[in-house]
Amino acid sequence: MKSGFSVFLAAFIGLGLSWCGFVLGPVLQLGAGKQTMVLNSSEVYPNQRPGDATLGLQVYRAYGCAACHTTQVGQDGMICDVVLAGKNSAAVSNLVASLKLTGLTIDDAGLVSSKIAAAGGKMETHIIPVGADIARGWGMRHSVAEDFLWDNPVQLGSVRIGPDLANVGLRYDAAWEYQHLLDPKSQTPNSAMPPYKFLFESAAGGSGKLVPSEDAKNLVAYLLSLRVNVPLHDAPYSTVAPKK
Amino acid sequence: MNANETKYSAIDASCRVPLLALFGGAALWLIVGLGLAFLASLTFHMPEKFAGCPYFSYGRIEPAANDAIVYGFALPAALGVVLWIFARLGETELALPIVPIAAANIWNIGVLVGIVGILIGNSTGFAWLEFPRPASVLIFIAYLLIAISAFATFGARRERALQPAHWFLLAGLFWFPWIYSTANLFLVAWPVRGVTQAVIDWWFSNNLLFVCFGLLGLGTAFYLLSKISARPVQATNYALFAFWTFILFAPWCGMPQTAPIPAWLPAASGVASGLMVVPVIALCVVYLKTVYGAKVECKGGPYCHAKFATAAFILSALMLLCWGCPVFGKVVDLTWFGPSQVYMQLFGFFAIVVCAGIYESLAGVMGLELPFPVFVRFQHWAFMIGLALLVVPLAWCGVHQGFKMQDATIPFSDITQGTLMSLRVSSMGWLFLLLGSLMLAANIFVMTIKWHLGVVICVKDAITAPLETQEVKS
Repeated sequence: MKSGFSVFLAAFIGLGLSWCGFVLGPVLQLGAGKQTMVLNSSEVYPNQRPGDATLGLQVYRAYGCAACHTTQVGQDGMICDVVLAGKNSAAVSNLVASLKLTGLTIDDAGLVSSKIAAAGGKMETHIIPVGADIARGWGMRHSVAEDFLWDNPVQLGSVRIGPDLANVGLRYDAAWEYQHLLDPKSQTPNSAMPPYKFLFESAAGGSGKLVPSEDAKNLVAYLLSLRVNVPLHDAPYSTVAPKK
Repeated sequence: MNANETKYSAIDASCRVPLLALFGGAALWLIVGLGLAFLASLTFHMPEKFAGCPYFSYGRIEPAANDAIVYGFALPAALGVVLWIFARLGETELALPIVPIAAANIWNIGVLVGIVGILIGNSTGFAWLEFPRPASVLIFIAYLLIAISAFATFGARRERALQPAHWFLLAGLFWFPWIYSTANLFLVAWPVRGVTQAVIDWWFSNNLLFVCFGLLGLGTAFYLLSKISARPVQATNYALFAFWTFILFAPWCGMPQTAPIPAWLPAASGVASGLMVVPVIALCVVYLKTVYGAKVECKGGPYCHAKFATAAFILSALMLLCWGCPVFGKVVDLTWFGPSQVYMQLFGFFAIVVCAGIYESLAGVMGLELPFPVFVRFQHWAFMIGLALLVVPLAWCGVHQGFKMQDATIPFSDITQGTLMSLRVSSMGWLFLLLGSLMLAANIFVMTIKWHLGVVICVKDAITAPLETQEVKS
């Protein structure tokens, strides 16, 4: 290249293209995100976190919890089970005996459902997300963009030094969370998490007991609000447990 | 001295105070950053160590360490080297030298405000952008001031032809203000909604650590390899091709494969990561042709540093390629593999090539010999050992972590326990890097003190010298 201007032009093109793709594009696609409907329901999702949980997100940010924890569940795919519902005729039962009903892809489940419907039967399709995070009990479905609509700043995390927290509000209660912050090893013997004793203060009256500070209460309120247990169009799953 | 040496000594002398200001601050922040990183890594072996102190909790000292190394050391030191390279390549003295001196001081204040801000809990929460807003503004202003001096020097060049180093360095200088202002405006000043924040943060992180540092570091490496061997960069057509393909493909990397974002984003990153093979191969050709055939003895000096750093960049690019490709990326995302690639880029490539630039420039710029020349080789070894102890265990344990995470029957606490031995070794890596940084600081600060003393003695001699008198006959 012969001149500084041509280098500037090359850099402008290179950076400009990626700015359009990874900044402008997502801002246009996601930036005006709105609440979405819960699958098969008239409820909207997500609701704003309660006030103390919103303050708790700022505590989560201030202590850099995202350095060790993620709040994003992954999923490898989904399988479908077709389950008969209600009373069905003998013809339908005979048909069903010859069909594979479990572990289907969504297209195969659609075919099976239409065959049963054509024979006059009633059935339900159960959608079961699969993946290591789901099997580990970290969530019922993968995280999607809508789950983070109201959060500022979004704290997805980048390394799992500690477990994922996307659904921690479903796994533990407030008492467990307070004890865990005060002394993680008392609940998880192999834990590498440091104790957060400075989040607790001595109770008034000189009893020597430790009580959570304002920061601890807000942080626990935020952790308890972390629950992604709502099926959406982008991330469906059946809330009814399939019969084993 | 012949005319050539006189010309270059004048050019070097014009860079003296700006480079001292930039390098001095950088060396100090490198020590602070590596010290904080070592303390952070101690958390895994002694979790109770800072249980009573909120300022040193892991979630605060780890980002503080990262930002001290990137904004405190890496950027200012690189900018100092760029100013010197522009002056030498253009065969002109540094333009507006007072501007980088003022900028270096503003920069150091900005970094101090930023580090303290993170430690007291005012971090923004965005990776590699944790400095609170006042600090970002100061750093941005300081950067623009240094860029003004750099572009003025480039514009005033007597030698008008552009070298490969020019392309990379000019592009790198242009890159940072755009990505930094975008990230600060869209994430901190007027935050965008929801996961758009995470997307822009990943775009910024990749463009800063891989693209911007890649451009500044490769430009410096090409300059040093050709200057020290007194032989131009070979295969310039390949170098131009590598430049174009790098700036077209590399900015599209960086989106994790498992993120809760629209699928086209990680898909685009996956394709870009694969395409990165092209500039990597072109760079290998340029590197091998430039280095093999150059008759330079490698004695642990800046030439060795620059050679090692370029090879480390190619390794770091290959690691990023693995992290970004869909199949392997899904396994190693959210493990220690990601940080190990970043450390390879930061320490294996960027810190070592910038230190090579510092050592190559310092003696000429100051007009003094290095106070501890043996430290140059010792620092090189300390950094290489530190890098190996840091990157190799973390990459290895990241891959193991990833495969174990795919098996839900392995309890998570067992997976964490399995990483502890690698983390212990990586703590030793931080210590070796810290040792190397102390050697760098020793050379810079002793040389600064010697120069200051020289100036003071000069001034004192001038003041106390007897006045010239002339007898006046009446």
